[in-house]
Formats: sequence, structure tokens, C-alpha cells
Amino acid sequence: MMVETKSTVTQSLLEQLQKQSGKIAFIPDAEIVAAIRHLEEKGVPNNKHEDYKYCNIEAYIRKEFKSIEQTFNEVTNADIAPHKLEEAINIVVLNGAYNEALSEKIIVKGITVKALNELSANEKLLIATQAKSDVDALIALNTAFSNNGLFLQIEKSNIVPMPIHIIYVNSNNASALVNSRSFIHAQQCAEATLVESFVNIGTAKVFTNYVSEKLLDENAKLTCFTYQNEGPLSYSVNTNQAKVNRYANYNNTTITLSGELVRNNHNVELASDYCEAHLNGLFITNGTQLVDNHTLIDHQMPNCESNELYKGIAKDKSIGVFNGKIYVRKDAQKTNAYQSSKNILLSDDATINTKPQLEIYADDVKCSHGTSTGKVDEEALFYLKARGIGDTSARKLLLQAFAQELIDKVEVDSLKERILQEFEKAL
Amino acid sequence: MISIKNLKASIGEKEILRGINLEVKAGEVHAIMGPNGSGKSTLSSVLAGREDYDVTEGEVTFNGKNLLDMSPEDRAREGLFLAFQYPVEIPGVSNVNFLRTALNEIRAYHGQEEMPAKDFLALVKEKSKLVELDSKLASRSVNEGFSGGEKKRNEIFQMAMLNPKLAILDETDSGLDIDALRIVANGVNKLKSKDNATILITHYQRLLDYIVPDFVHILYKGRIVKSGGKELALELEAKGYDEIKKEFEIAD
Repeated sequence: MMVETKSTVTQSLLEQLQKQSGKIAFIPDAEIVAAIRHLEEKGVPNNKHEDYKYCNIEAYIRKEFKSIEQTFNEVTNADIAPHKLEEAINIVVLNGAYNEALSEKIIVKGITVKALNELSANEKLLIATQAKSDVDALIALNTAFSNNGLFLQIEKSNIVPMPIHIIYVNSNNASALVNSRSFIHAQQCAEATLVESFVNIGTAKVFTNYVSEKLLDENAKLTCFTYQNEGPLSYSVNTNQAKVNRYANYNNTTITLSGELVRNNHNVELASDYCEAHLNGLFITNGTQLVDNHTLIDHQMPNCESNELYKGIAKDKSIGVFNGKIYVRKDAQKTNAYQSSKNILLSDDATINTKPQLEIYADDVKCSHGTSTGKVDEEALFYLKARGIGDTSARKLLLQAFAQELIDKVEVDSLKERILQEFEKAL
Repeated sequence: MISIKNLKASIGEKEILRGINLEVKAGEVHAIMGPNGSGKSTLSSVLAGREDYDVTEGEVTFNGKNLLDMSPEDRAREGLFLAFQYPVEIPGVSNVNFLRTALNEIRAYHGQEEMPAKDFLALVKEKSKLVELDSKLASRSVNEGFSGGEKKRNEIFQMAMLNPKLAILDETDSGLDIDALRIVANGVNKLKSKDNATILITHYQRLLDYIVPDFVHILYKGRIVKSGGKELALELEAKGYDEIKKEFEIAD
């Protein structure tokens, strides 16, 4: 029975998308055929799938995306303006496609920004090297149907003096499924700060299947801030597939403030020695929201370091998940890996599921993990009240304090300001 | 100022306060002394409104109002201040932000406008001098990483900022070295006026060398068993609590 339903949902999805999609120029045909085969074999993941235990994507698609219309509103500069960041170079990806007209002109040297359809033969070779279709059916879905996403390259030894801001915008006016893809390449010794904002200015439900491949060459440094505030019409899976090479440093801080379903897959390969990755996240959920953060840090080589700090606040009947997997392979001696997840439940009906998963095959490593889920600290609450601060403000102060550590990691001032404001609204 | 009549309170099944009577008037300093487990901290917690305790009998009138009916925040807004025996660390909330919020909520309760930022900062500067608190501590998270002495001084600093009518100092002397004790006591003495009152809760007589009480009460097994002037504290110091225990042994 389950198998039948699975194939029906996947099959119906495939048929609808195949009718509507055009020729994909940046991925070899053979790879696309393989992707479709993987998708058909595995099906869109449901809760029988270990990695999607709390996140039944198939059920969401069956319930909310029976038919997919793929019709989108026109978008003007005025629609985008409020989502831009003043100190950044603002680049727009609209309904999964790089939009040059809405993007700002690149005024600094050493950055290449183009649509995936415009790639040179050499550049094309990079695509789909990180995110593999056989690993996850949603990567396969994206590989088969994403079209004309964004390619961003920071050239060798170039230190970008201002943040680069990619705004992923959806504008559908009927039920839509968007496959959005980007490839970010920091070449040797390049350094950049990247903000990725996810917004929805459409008027109907949208399921977005984002895949972003990030490749850091030797000595590169990429500091990423992911800001998710797509609102209640949005359902998304966000796969970030990063490969970090020798001496390189990859940072991601993901702030999730809205979205009916937000599933994040942060997969990091520490592929050479002396490189590091730092993954941080903050989410607040309310209503019936589900925010599911999955991280996977794959220590492949010696002397690498990884740090993770995730915090969540769950209200109403919402569900928050943190699943952090750390692999330390046999060759990855002298690994340092730390992971911590802290959560606050604000209602009896809210749920937090946390699961640290450490798989260690090397013998000379330092790994630690910790997780806690609780309510607002009653002692601290009483202390604040005993000074005349009312219950509502006291709770607000404590939740802001809980979140501050992560909001403070956001080094882009105007983004931090925006997050502070929106976070307060979400409380 | 405050009038406590036949106050009984328990935690779970266990009765800890067994009928407290106490009258404190403006301008007075009262010391409540007693051995461990006599109910000293319970009394301060019940007065401040901690919800872990059930008040089973009695009444407390604070400036003409029924204190026991009020939420902890309203008690503070009415002018009651508890200096905690164990001040709580609150990472992420700065001392300054905390005090600004507290001060302005108290002002709003009394129909006053928010204090202008400039005046507030001037007040912080003035009052932190009173307890020789490094002004850097004001911008740090509430009590986080403070030494024991700094925490206690921070309590008195908050008291100075909020200017309460009645301050209850719960074992403020515990864990202080002699220099810190002098600083804290100096601060409390400077804040004393004919319009406010202080209740000192302490185990030892030591604090009373610095803050001289008008009245001393001995709390034992949930009741005030003896009251007197400041000389009672000295008597207690000389005899120890064992005498009291013998004299007032009550069958449980």
C-alpha cells in the first residue's frame, strides 16, 4: 500500500514537471536520465526513510501540491527593494532562475555571476559534482528539473570587500514547485561573505527544492548567512552541499523565522587536511510549522575542525528538529568536532526532536556533543519579575538572550538588524 | 510600611512558617536572625512572591495594600525589593538593559513616562559609585561571571537604581570578605532614609556591626521567638543558637 502511494506521488510529480520543463543545458543528459531513475526508484522521501523520519515530504506534496500550475507574477525592482541589503551586492534568483535585470551590477573585480545556462564548457564540469543524485531523491529531483539557476565564482586570491547577497524570490500565483539551484565557487585563497535570503512574494503555496553546491578551494574562506523567512505559504527543502579543501574555512549560520515546512540539509565534506567548518543555526517555530535541521559533517582527512551550535524555540503545536551527524573517517586523525543543540519549548503541544549521531572510525580524535531541551529558566524569570518586569517582557528578554548568541554571529549589520526586528515579531 | 500577621506558609506538605507576626515602620531597620532551617529565606521568598510556597494562613499589608494578592512584579512596582541570597546569572541580558526595562516598567505602573536615556545613564554612573561597582560590569550580562562579592554588590546597585520603599536583604553578608562587607553595608546605609525601611536577614551578627538595626528578631522553627534591640544580636553571638534551641524547643 505504502509503495503504491509513494510511486503515485512521485509519478504524478514527474509527469507534471516533465510537461512543463525545458531542455537543461548545464547538466549532461546522461546525468539527468540517471537522476530521474534515482527519483523513480527512491520516490520522494517519506517518514519511512531514516533521514526524513520527522519530515514526511511525500505527505506534504500529496496534501498541499496535488496539482502544480507553475504560473508566476511579474516582479519589479520595487518588489525586491525591501529585501535588499544596503551594504551588499544584491543578486536575484527568481522562481529558480538567475534574473540579471533585477540584480545589481557587479562593480567589484574578481567575481563571476551568471546563469547556469551561460556556463563555459569548463565551468559546466563543476555542476553536480558536489550534490549527488544517488544520495537523496530531492537532489535527484533538482538535478532533473532545475533550470537556469545561479553560478557565482570568486576568483583566486580575491577578497570581496562587501557581502554578496543572493535573494531567492518566489512569485507564484498558483500552486508551484520550484527547483532552484546554485553553485558557489571560492577559488584558492579567495574570501567572501555570502548572504542567502529566502523570501516569497507570491500569493499561493509553493514548494521549493533548493540545492546549493559550495566548493572551497585551498585556503578559501566562505562565510555564509542563510536567512529563511518565507512565510506560511512556503514549503522548502534546502540542501547545502559544501566541499572544503585544504586550509579552507567554511561558515554557515542559518536563521529560520518562518515557513510552514523548512527542511535544511547542511552537508559538509572536510575533504583535505587542516580545514574547518562552523555550522550554526537558530529557529523559532509557531502554529503547525515544522523546521527540520539536518547537518552532516564528514571528516575525511586529519587535523580538521568542526563546530556546531543550534538553538531552537518551539511554540504552539510546532515541531523543531536537530539531527547532527558527524563522521570521522579512519584517516581523519586529530579531528576536533564539537556539537551542541539547545532548545526551549514554549507550549505543552510543541515538540523538539534532537539527535546527535557520531560515527568515529579514527582513534585519535576529540569529539563532543551536548543537547538540552527545556522551558524558560524559572529562576531567571522570577529574578526579573522581582525587579518589577512583567511576565511578558521578562519572557521576551530571556528568549532574546537565548537567541542573542546566534544573532550575534551575523556579521552583516543590516541583516542583523532585520533579523532582530523579525525575531522580536516572531516571539 | 509592612504588617505581617500570623503568616503561615508551606512547601508541599511541610509547614515552614508557623505564624509570623512582624510590624516594620518607615525609617526602621529590622534584623531577622536564626539558625539554618528556621525559615529565614522562606519568609523573604514568600514576601517577594515566589510561587514555590503555599501561603496557608495570615495576611501581609504593604502600604495599605494586600501584598499576598499581588504578582511578584507588582510587589516590586509597589516598592518591595529583595536582595537575593543567590543572585541569578542571566547570560545574554545586559545589566543595563535589564535595569532600564525594570525601571521603566515600574515608572509605567505609576503612570510616569520612560526615563530619558541620558538621565538613565547618569543614574547608572552615580549609583554604581555607591557600591564601588566597576562601570564595565553594568554593560555585562546580569551576574554572569561575577565574583560572589560582585554579585552581592550588584544587588545593592539594583536596589539603589530602583529606590524601593522596603528592602529585604537575604543573607547579603554571606560569602563576603570584610572589604566587600564594608562596601555593601556602606551602600545600604547611604540608601537609608526616614521614608524607607530595611529588613536584614542574616545568620551572623557580623553584618550588624556595619548596619545597625533598630530591632532584632530571632526566628526559630518558623516563628519569631524573641525580639529586642540591637543588644539581642550580641547576646545571641555570645551564647550561640544552642541556647535559643534549648529555650524554645517545640515539639514537631
